[in-house]
Amino acid sequence: MTEDLRTEEMIINMGPHHPSTHGVCRLVLTLDGEVVKKCVPVIGYLHRAIEKMCENRTYAQCIPLMDRFEYVTAMSTNWVFALAAEKLSDIEVPERAEHLRVIMGELNRIASHLLCIGVTGLDLGALTPFLYTFREREMILDLFEMTCGQRLTYNYMRVGGVSQDIPPEFIPKCREFLSIIDGKIDDYERILTENPIWIARNKGVGIIPEQMVYDYAISGPAARASGVNFDIRKDDTYSIYDRFEFDIPVFYGCDNYDRYRTRLGEMRQAARIIRQALDQLPEGPVRAKVPMNFKPHPGEVYARIENSRGEMGIHLISDGDKKPYRLRARGGSYNHLMAVPQIAPGLKIADLVAVFASLDIIMPEIDR
Amino acid sequence: MELAPIFIWLYNKMLEFGLGITAADIISLVVLAVVVFGFLAVTALFLVWWERKISAHIQQRFGPMMTGWHGALQTIADAVKLIQKEDILPALADRKVFFWAPVIVFVCSFAAYVVIPFGDGLIVSDLNIGVLYIVAITTFTIIALLMAGWGSNNKYALLGGMRSAAQAVSYEVPMVLAVLGVVLVTGSMSMNDIVRMQSAWGGFRWNIIFQPLGFLIYVIAATAEANRTPFDIPEAEQELVAGYNVEYSGMKFAMFFLAEFVNLFTVSAIAATLFLGGWNGPWLPSWVWFLIKTLGMVLLFMLFRWTYPRLRVDQLMEFAWKGLVPLAFVNLVYVGIVARWLNW
Repeated sequence: MTEDLRTEEMIINMGPHHPSTHGVCRLVLTLDGEVVKKCVPVIGYLHRAIEKMCENRTYAQCIPLMDRFEYVTAMSTNWVFALAAEKLSDIEVPERAEHLRVIMGELNRIASHLLCIGVTGLDLGALTPFLYTFREREMILDLFEMTCGQRLTYNYMRVGGVSQDIPPEFIPKCREFLSIIDGKIDDYERILTENPIWIARNKGVGIIPEQMVYDYAISGPAARASGVNFDIRKDDTYSIYDRFEFDIPVFYGCDNYDRYRTRLGEMRQAARIIRQALDQLPEGPVRAKVPMNFKPHPGEVYARIENSRGEMGIHLISDGDKKPYRLRARGGSYNHLMAVPQIAPGLKIADLVAVFASLDIIMPEIDR
Repeated sequence: MELAPIFIWLYNKMLEFGLGITAADIISLVVLAVVVFGFLAVTALFLVWWERKISAHIQQRFGPMMTGWHGALQTIADAVKLIQKEDILPALADRKVFFWAPVIVFVCSFAAYVVIPFGDGLIVSDLNIGVLYIVAITTFTIIALLMAGWGSNNKYALLGGMRSAAQAVSYEVPMVLAVLGVVLVTGSMSMNDIVRMQSAWGGFRWNIIFQPLGFLIYVIAATAEANRTPFDIPEAEQELVAGYNVEYSGMKFAMFFLAEFVNLFTVSAIAATLFLGGWNGPWLPSWVWFLIKTLGMVLLFMLFRWTYPRLRVDQLMEFAWKGLVPLAFVNLVYVGIVARWLNW
């Protein structure tokens, strides 16, 4: 006769101040030993009502708020807001400004992916790659600092262009960065990609099948790692992306490992885009003539761009006033987080942390 | 300069002063205990600083720089800070278990040094079951870690304690089997005998030459035993915040922390003694050779930690039971056959 040991499920609160929930996400986990049975994300700890605050501010005043909407890639948030306002009132953005936007946006994409890869390593216990990626991220932040004076919340884009031209030392510094970044990505590959432990921890973990990408509207590198070849830069092109030659890295593994490889590939492609943009950079004004008291035409518009963590969109309704009538922001992270409860059951706690990191979930984008 | 004659001279002086043999023995044991404890405390502080420096240089940082020469006094400052900290007892903790856990960890990690030969004749007590004693005493820490995890009444701590128990029990097996290879060849469990056996060839007839596989298994198992990356899942901070010691603060935390580094030194010292010829070596005094070899092993463990990611808990178990244990048996059979054949 066997007597079964009585086991109990344990409910554990992961977050809101847990080292690996990347901000203030709270996951209520039901655990059976080490295995996750159920995962319920609790959001809202970082809610700042940015969308509502925008309704009481002029378009120029909205841009600093957009910085805070998703502070890891603040250039993109600036950009998508400016894009929405420009779409409303058919403003022609000067050539030089468009190039600068592409350069900044792609630099920011590299910085964001560097953060993601470094932090994924950190969450898996590899402490060293994190400092390597931050060393390169530092160079990008220096470039931003010399351009707009800020390292995190840039407030750089304006409706109709960018706030100021780049300083003369920007281009040599940027070329210096571009000349080393490919070698540095090779370094990360050497320390991580072929590492048997890294492969064991990431391959086949956190599977997001292709159907799930459609079901949850997952976008960005997470979707492209599941074999969905969708990139807004190519498929619904905006700005001047149609003039550049670049590839979209697509992988079919659907797991953490391929999400990581997609990001590495995207960084190389982003560097390629920046090189072309620097080569083509024309002279001229960096801002269209837009009045201080900018009032767009009344109407409704949805602008979207390809951010480093998926589709980022702004739904803007204007009644012709100097303030937006209604603004709604969309970030990729929300959809990614909603997919986590679907992926989580059956994973170990350690894998859940890895999945969370590889989906690159950023809380301000979710709570806004 | 050899250190053993100094101790013998001191002992004889005590006898000359008219102390009885019993009194002289007791005094010399107390002195030895203080000396070994002091040495280990300083070593642990040094290892903390060294690890911070090594990790910093691997990661292209400076590490501690401000306190003393290249931050050499940083760990002392840290220790002083920890002593000053309030000792927090969680409201729902099991008081006795919570209190005794760090004490047991601390005592066990130091007790292993009774049989470590620091140099020629520098051994506190040359037990004839030295290896068995070490294996037994280091296993005790597992109980203490479980106690810490249970006594804290914290879910993360409990998970950490359970993980460490599971891990330590699994890796104890291949470790003991690897050590058994050395015992088999030596025909003795005394640490001194094992070192002397390796003293041929000018002090370079190391066991690693004949048992490379055994050494490899020992190093891997020892990494797990010392709770270091890639086997540091009991304290995986990204998953369990800090593991079994999450509720500990102040001096109790410092005891866990110091014990961890003393354990690192222990497993390195055992590796040096069993596989790398212990204190054998030409020209330099024996204790210098011992320190060089042991610190070399420590360096190896530190390099592991700062270059590898962490394994998952089930992969860890799989690796131990499906990989290391069969390999350790193969090693044992190989050692037995070769030892018989070569007539060591």
